[in-house]
Amino acid sequence: MPVEVRLPTMFRGDAAGQASVKANGGTIGEVLDDLVRQFPRLGGKIVTDDGTLHRFVNVYCNDEDVRYLDKLDTKLADDDIVTILPAVAGG
Amino acid sequence: MLRLPESQYLKMVGHALDGLPLEACGLFGGDARSGKVEICYPCRNVAESAKLYTVDPKQHLQADRDAEARGLEIIGVFHSHTHSDAYPSPTDVEQAPDPTWHYVLVSLKDGEPVVRSFRIVDGVISEEPVALESQ
Repeated sequence: MPVEVRLPTMFRGDAAGQASVKANGGTIGEVLDDLVRQFPRLGGKIVTDDGTLHRFVNVYCNDEDVRYLDKLDTKLADDDIVTILPAVAGG
Repeated sequence: MLRLPESQYLKMVGHALDGLPLEACGLFGGDARSGKVEICYPCRNVAESAKLYTVDPKQHLQADRDAEARGLEIIGVFHSHTHSDAYPSPTDVEQAPDPTWHYVLVSLKDGEPVVRSFRIVDGVISEEPVALESQ
């Protein structure tokens, strides 16, 4: 089942200008893989080459930061909404 | 230019002072085209540091949703420097997530807050004027 993935402004240019797209998968990792299949320019920007969540983004399943769930293995149900936002930090 | 209502300026500076001795941070909801801030979202610095900040990811999500519900978007971030000038540090530049955002620094090093705003595009810092507005 496809889930809704909401993209931050900085990634919309890589996704045909869309703020929200549909992607398939039963886990956060599968959905992000499908997102990159659809929009290859997002490759490496959300999940690193070694298969972990990029430290400059936060990914949420509904209201929860997936780093506090099962990270990329977090399971998704129908109607779940995945949101990607920049991790905002500095010194 | 960053257009900042006085009420939101005071909210930002108050949050920065409340956060001492640690760095404080927050987000701005507004109109990206005009650079007008409509609402300041003070956030928790989950780094709990006097030298680093990380916006609480959960509060970021809440701010993003609130801004969207108001027909706005997140257009920038502010944070305080407790012992240095209101100028982006190398860490700020490295981690600046969005080239369209306004990056606001509040320096508290001399007691009286100093507020400056910057754009950071491909690692290049450029200062922009801050216009304080009554509304």
